[in-house]
Amino acid sequence: MFPKKYLLGALLAGAFVFSSCKKENPQPGDDGTPATGSLTVSLSTNVNGQPLVLGTQTYLNEAGDSFTVSMFRYYLTNIVLYRPDGSTYVEPESYRLISESQPGSLTFSINGVPPGDYSSMRFMIGVDSTRNVSGAQTGALDPANGMFWTWSTGYIHAKFEGTSPSSPGAGHMVAFHVGGFNGPHHGIRGVSTSFGTARASVSTTSTPTVFFDVNLAEWFKNPNTISFATEYNNTGVNPTNKMIADNYADMFTLNHIQN
Amino acid sequence: MRRRVFLAVISAVIVTPFFFSGCAEDPYIPQPAVDEYVFRVPSNFPQPVYNFANNTVSEAGFKLGRKLFYDPILSRDNSTSCASCHQQASAFAHTEHRFSHGINDQLGNRNAPPVYNMAWLPYFMWDGGINHIESQPSGPITNPIEMDESLGNVIAKLSATPAYRAMFTDAFGDDTITTQRMFRAMAQFMGMMVSANSRYDKYMRGETGGEMNAQELSGLSLFRQKCASCHTEPLFSDYAFRNNGLAADPTINDSGRTHITQNPADMYKFKTPSLRNIELTTPYMHDGRFITLDQALNHYTSGVVAGPTLDPLLADGIPMTAQEKADIITFLKTLTDISFTIDHRFSEHAVSHEH
Repeated sequence: MFPKKYLLGALLAGAFVFSSCKKENPQPGDDGTPATGSLTVSLSTNVNGQPLVLGTQTYLNEAGDSFTVSMFRYYLTNIVLYRPDGSTYVEPESYRLISESQPGSLTFSINGVPPGDYSSMRFMIGVDSTRNVSGAQTGALDPANGMFWTWSTGYIHAKFEGTSPSSPGAGHMVAFHVGGFNGPHHGIRGVSTSFGTARASVSTTSTPTVFFDVNLAEWFKNPNTISFATEYNNTGVNPTNKMIADNYADMFTLNHIQN
Repeated sequence: MRRRVFLAVISAVIVTPFFFSGCAEDPYIPQPAVDEYVFRVPSNFPQPVYNFANNTVSEAGFKLGRKLFYDPILSRDNSTSCASCHQQASAFAHTEHRFSHGINDQLGNRNAPPVYNMAWLPYFMWDGGINHIESQPSGPITNPIEMDESLGNVIAKLSATPAYRAMFTDAFGDDTITTQRMFRAMAQFMGMMVSANSRYDKYMRGETGGEMNAQELSGLSLFRQKCASCHTEPLFSDYAFRNNGLAADPTINDSGRTHITQNPADMYKFKTPSLRNIELTTPYMHDGRFITLDQALNHYTSGVVAGPTLDPLLADGIPMTAQEKADIITFLKTLTDISFTIDHRFSEHAVSHEH
């Protein structure tokens, strides 16, 4: 019915018709929004001052139990940056899975930050209740990341696994999976860190880095001393879950800011 | 030259639609109208819990969800699909099985519930442990006695399957396969599974085919007096967790809602099941202990076991005469929606002709 060359033309033209529907990606600044900068966060994990090394390195908890660490992961979410005048930058889609076995996750950038001096930072350990009840999520919140309970749906906010000779469990295993987003035993904790007199100065050309020390030993002390002889395996939302979360709420300490 | 370009453009306009429609469907099979893939709320139903926000139903998304529902690729050994235990002829329950079998012939410990009107459910499973229709499939997929597969492996297997990459592209615009896309496609399929064309529904809507005889009307009236405080119309459940007085089975030791809440006050409580299509979904109760509706009603008249968490409404059981029970059962059979069980949209389809 159509000569071959017209058919070819039809295909080509069809391709153009369909490709021309695509819009170019908008470029930053195109829409008149002010230019922004970035702020980098760097996390350094230790156990009471000893750098954390996954595997055979041994540490002591507050109760005097020796232990090793095979896994240490947690969600760091809902970051808010504060200026001295109280104004804020609330990071959108602020969900990160920090994993000791993936060093790249220990340093990350917050982008889209309005230029200015920032004097404190707040965030959450864990995933807020909204995202726990909003169905299928992706990215850091993808349930395939292994930080999600499927039988009683909700995120595992933080995981610690290792071994301790004090543990009566199989293979002397120690495992704490902290979850829960409602009720008295939930594991979400807010962290607020003042920079003191220091400032993180964000501009379009310079990116400050905020260095935090993360002390894993805090999971097992202050206010609740956890002995692996009695508490060595907890993967449900119960009083032990709350005790661990109360403990880890203060595991972050500001080390310094590099502008 | 100009004339040739003109002809080519004209031919493009004419030929392109043929190209795109020509490869989509087998012309010899009657195809559903486009609007068969739109979610509608039946006029006698409330607004749904799941309103498809961020997940508008499309034909491609629905068909992808359907393919996933029927595909054993979701299980660890590629043996067991959702449909293995949720079969259309029984309103997507599993008749003849008190407990369905998972992979390696492992026996479950609860009666597979039917699948319909999922968009109205505030939570899922007998113990309500799953709080969202998009999260629901993650439970059976990862349960060691059901499909025993990791979500990461499911995504790896789907990503290695060209037919799936094509279907994800059709549904979501590119061939990136994520759990979110998989679960949203499944939510499109399951959410569209609306059962609202029983004789009872037609009676309530004043439609032809909605005639009820005297015994059925008597049964409806008795049902409203004796059953509807928990099996609330029009969904026939209040979706509360209740201990209905079944003697605990020591071989299963199923704590029910307490498994989720850790609260002893929830011991032996299970979600009130809907009674729609109840004629088709034997066996009954969370552990499938009753085969007939007579047995189920006899439990309420004479089988309720007292206990600290027994529902107060059942403290004295539910008094019913033999005639009243017969009338109620006759009414319950007007809740059968055969059109749902034969709706070709929900049936397994060969999809090879689509790609």
